[in-house]
Amino acid sequence: MTSTAQRRQRRRNLPVALAMLAPSLVILGTFVLYPLGKAIWLGHQRCDVQGDNCRSNGWDQYWDAFRSEEFQNALLVTVKFALITVPLGLVLGVGLAVLADKWLRGVGIFRAVFSSTIATSVAVTSLMWLFLLQPEIGALSNVGWISDVFPVIKSPGLLRDPGTALTSIALSSVWGSLGFTFILVTASLQGIPRDLHEAAAIDGAGGTRRFWSVTFPLLGPTLLFVVIVLTTRAFQAYGEVDLLTGGGPRPQDSTTTITYLTYGQESVIINNDGLQATVAVLLFVVLLALSLLQLRGIGKRVHYGN
Amino acid sequence: MATENINFESPRGWRLAGRYMLLAVVTAVVLFPVYTTVIAALKPGDKVLQNPLVPDAFTLDGFSDAWTAGHLDRYLLNSFVVATVITIVQLVTSVVSAYAFAMLDFPGRGVLFVVFLATLLVPFEATLVVNRRTVDSLGWLNSYQGLAVPFLATAFGTFLMRQVFLGMPLDLRDAAAIDGVGHLGFLRHVGIPLVRPTLGALALFSFLGSWNQYLWPNLITTEDDMNTVQSGLRLLRSSALDEPNLLMAATIIAAIPIVVVLLLFQRQLVRGLTAGAVKG
Repeated sequence: MTSTAQRRQRRRNLPVALAMLAPSLVILGTFVLYPLGKAIWLGHQRCDVQGDNCRSNGWDQYWDAFRSEEFQNALLVTVKFALITVPLGLVLGVGLAVLADKWLRGVGIFRAVFSSTIATSVAVTSLMWLFLLQPEIGALSNVGWISDVFPVIKSPGLLRDPGTALTSIALSSVWGSLGFTFILVTASLQGIPRDLHEAAAIDGAGGTRRFWSVTFPLLGPTLLFVVIVLTTRAFQAYGEVDLLTGGGPRPQDSTTTITYLTYGQESVIINNDGLQATVAVLLFVVLLALSLLQLRGIGKRVHYGN
Repeated sequence: MATENINFESPRGWRLAGRYMLLAVVTAVVLFPVYTTVIAALKPGDKVLQNPLVPDAFTLDGFSDAWTAGHLDRYLLNSFVVATVITIVQLVTSVVSAYAFAMLDFPGRGVLFVVFLATLLVPFEATLVVNRRTVDSLGWLNSYQGLAVPFLATAFGTFLMRQVFLGMPLDLRDAAAIDGVGHLGFLRHVGIPLVRPTLGALALFSFLGSWNQYLWPNLITTEDDMNTVQSGLRLLRSSALDEPNLLMAATIIAAIPIVVVLLLFQRQLVRGLTAGAVKG
């Protein structure tokens, strides 16, 4: 085939290709690309309490919003949240997967239990934990000996004490993500050839040694993926905050994450489209870095096949 | 593969017993929130907070209250409609655009591919302010369109399917073309049957993702009739906080469809997770 013929063929393909891409392009353009551009534009505007009469406030608004006490606090809360949920989620996921990876009798039951939390949405998880932790209607606070040993459960309540609120939300979040981490790590563990373990055992490596020298390195890509997903989730944490604490306890705003600051019903900027957009764009920049890492992970995964 | 029996006469046996102990303890801890939820849902309202850890009374009132007074019937219907529409349309848009990227050579393919790639990097949270305005100006607040349309296409699905199409021998397409089979005919008779396993995984994750949407339905729903299960639970959290049996029954009802779906599609779940899909 000559190159002219090829070019003609390519051009003849164009209408078909565009027709096939059109539905996706319209949706992604309208609800992903346009709103991002518009949000960046809105981000330099300030609006009145009704969200109307927006006028330019200068691009400094980004810098101002970034330095504002509210954003700094939300950033700190989010980072703290990630520092609890990511390592804890990872260690629990890997630990349980390794623990339930042997050819033990009945291991299927344990696997089913550890995977089970993948079936819970953030709303389901949060309401379960709300009932567990609430001081008035909660399960724990109404068990005599528990609230005797840990008085904070009864008053002011784990979700209302500035010292424990964020950790409590983080625990419910770790519980909710456990199924996801466990299934991924288990699948990855099963991909490790048994020969490697047997060879290492013949060479005299014990269980611990085999974990660090064989299992752990081979889990590497999966663990990286898990870390990135859990970190992204921490920065997107909204439902658990909304349902468990509403961003409080106040006035410290101990659990107002960045996403909650942007969209929370009780957030200080909920009626200011301009400022909301500013914070949304800042959130985007943070998540962009994480997405880029994740995309590299996906690329690798798909490339090597599964 | 043979399983091992516990033999208490060897240190190995003791280790195995210890392992079971540990597994049992962790199982109890992981299931504890589920246990308290189930107990509360099955008790009469006035008994829930007396001995909350002991199943000393039984009634299904919590479930019937959640279903009728709690409007779970309506919320479930809405979630089913929205999640099903999103799943089916996402499969179509993903397959079709993936096919175009993988099997057709056309001018501008590289640029368009980069555009698709770019949308993967934009988190939904960054676009919500503007999307709410868009949906509002289309008159789609409190409607199925508002809940579903923004999610009818996904770059992730396109990439996933494109990858599968790329692994397909081009000869197949050429042979079909010689036989006079068009693109859509080829997709229907050859393409889709070949990519069905991956399609199954994508379907599962589309469904899970849209079923679990929390923030978006909260933002665009103000009429009770249009709540999904997730935004409905949010409503019950404030209106039914003094009826924990109703609230916990509603939580269980909300979780059951996903439990069933996951039990039916376990294989697709693992396949999808390892391909990089993420629970929404």
